[in-house]
Amino acid sequence: MIGYIVRRILLSIPLLWALATVTFFIVRLAPGDPLAMYYNPEIDPSVMETVRTRLGLDQPIHVQYVRWLGALAQGELGVSFKHHRPVAEILAETLPNTLLLTGLALLFDLGLGVVLGVIAAVRQYSWTDHATSIVALFLYSMPGFWLGLMMIILFALKLGWLPASQMESVDAEFMGTFPRLWDRALHLVMPVFVLGIASAASVARYMRGSLLEVIRQDYIRTARAKGLSERRVILRHALPNALIPIITLLGLYLPYLISGAIVTETIFAWPGMGRLTIDAIFSRDYPVVMAANLLAGVMVVAGNLLADVLYAVVDPRIRYE
Amino acid sequence: MSAITMAPEGGRGQWEVVARRFGRNRVAMTGLVLVLVLYVVAIFAPVLAPHDPNEQKDIVATRYLPPGKDHPLGTDKFGRDVLSRILYGSRISLSIGFISVGIAITLGTFVGAVTGYFGGKLDWTLMRIVDAIIAFPRLFIILTIIAVSSPKIWLIVAVLGATSWMGVARLVRGQILSIKEREFIQATRALGIPHARVIFRHVLPNTLSPVIVAATLMIGDVILTEAVLSFLGLGVQPPTASWGNIINQGRDNLLGAWWVATFPGLAIVITVVAYNLLGDGLRDALDPRTVE
Repeated sequence: MIGYIVRRILLSIPLLWALATVTFFIVRLAPGDPLAMYYNPEIDPSVMETVRTRLGLDQPIHVQYVRWLGALAQGELGVSFKHHRPVAEILAETLPNTLLLTGLALLFDLGLGVVLGVIAAVRQYSWTDHATSIVALFLYSMPGFWLGLMMIILFALKLGWLPASQMESVDAEFMGTFPRLWDRALHLVMPVFVLGIASAASVARYMRGSLLEVIRQDYIRTARAKGLSERRVILRHALPNALIPIITLLGLYLPYLISGAIVTETIFAWPGMGRLTIDAIFSRDYPVVMAANLLAGVMVVAGNLLADVLYAVVDPRIRYE
Repeated sequence: MSAITMAPEGGRGQWEVVARRFGRNRVAMTGLVLVLVLYVVAIFAPVLAPHDPNEQKDIVATRYLPPGKDHPLGTDKFGRDVLSRILYGSRISLSIGFISVGIAITLGTFVGAVTGYFGGKLDWTLMRIVDAIIAFPRLFIILTIIAVSSPKIWLIVAVLGATSWMGVARLVRGQILSIKEREFIQATRALGIPHARVIFRHVLPNTLSPVIVAATLMIGDVILTEAVLSFLGLGVQPPTASWGNIINQGRDNLLGAWWVATFPGLAIVITVVAYNLLGDGLRDALDPRTVE
């Protein structure tokens, strides 16, 4: 098992190297000067040259690449052009917020998806089954950012039930522990819902199919023949096996969730990596853009690895040499 | 040609069977009709639109008018008619969806055919590249590419196409791996027919069905991604109307003018639902395992 995990980690290194290289060349070969935002008629051109030299932007592209890769290998992500702070420091501030958001969204979509999928499968072709599949169709055909805006109009602006943006209220610092946690929870409701709901719809579809397949098997007939209650047959005998394929979905949805976080964080002004990336893109803050791309890649690779390991743990039929 | 298109005496041809099966599927037909209506609307947008999409009259008097007689879906912050902008926006969304998917299908089919048919080192290398691209959060890469260059429509189309072909490549490769071993392909080898001809005339036609289904479902996905880009201000640039950038402009006054952000979103939902219904219907109709 440990050997398998180690090998998978080693295999993901070339993957991350490829991503780093592609990102570097996309960013550096593009037209546009990263120093453009410093241009000002009152700044002496020689100062610009000094800045250029200090940031290493005067070197040929391949020298810059080797330097950057070397620094990266030592965990050095560079300094943000815009904030004049180490990129690692900025990421360390925003990453936990994104992990909180995507983690909760993942739990939400798996939880809701499994429940809806089981209901739809148990009552196949019933009214509930049809309603679930129609709602699912609309939910995954819906742009998340639009759903977010509609919810803001309804729940934040018209009804005033939920806060529209940010992670906590302005006066959160002066609250006690529990009011503050409650405040944070209220701020999480809409972003988590918007980020998770589309995948919940497709988890429900997979769950329905998977459970329907398991239910047809002989051991389920045996369980029923023993006189077990239908509830016990479904929840204790069928469900665990039907859940196995759902684990692979985990790895599939991670890229979606992390991409989705960009949009969700932008709409709800959530101070996470996604919003940081958008900011950095607009201000041509190359070190931040490259680091954020890479970090998103690392998160996906780690998530896939976790899904594979979980799969192997849960299903004894899977063998890893 | 291969035996596939030769229907047995008195029987029905493959496509005839598919068409009949599709026609009986009410949900699929709804999808098809919706998609056709959308294209008709896009083509006749200049006739159907009550106003010019960029027409601005006395801005102070005509901005943020609620839906009413003259402006069925209201006006935006520059006094432009929202309905007309949505109608014109459909041209952008539908053509970007169509062309990007065209690019993705062509690229994906090519890579899939070459890797599946020839196998070996080339296959291994290309498939590892495919694995790598699939594994990463696509939106980050798309945003980076578009942001470092300037957002031009052709660039958006190209980038969306270039980041969507991997699924098709895997699909076609898988199909070809199984078709390659069949007798009629071995026969073409025995007859000494050149590789290119075997691939294009005998192998690829047999992979068509799953590719058509994947393409239909992909159009919805690409339209959603384009909307996201335009919404973030990195897609189609104003004043050209696209559904995503109308919604973005609607953000300026969500409470006072909810209609600006609401209606283009509905247009996106209807379009994507239509393509998903059509795609699901095609899958059922094209799958020979579905018995009549």
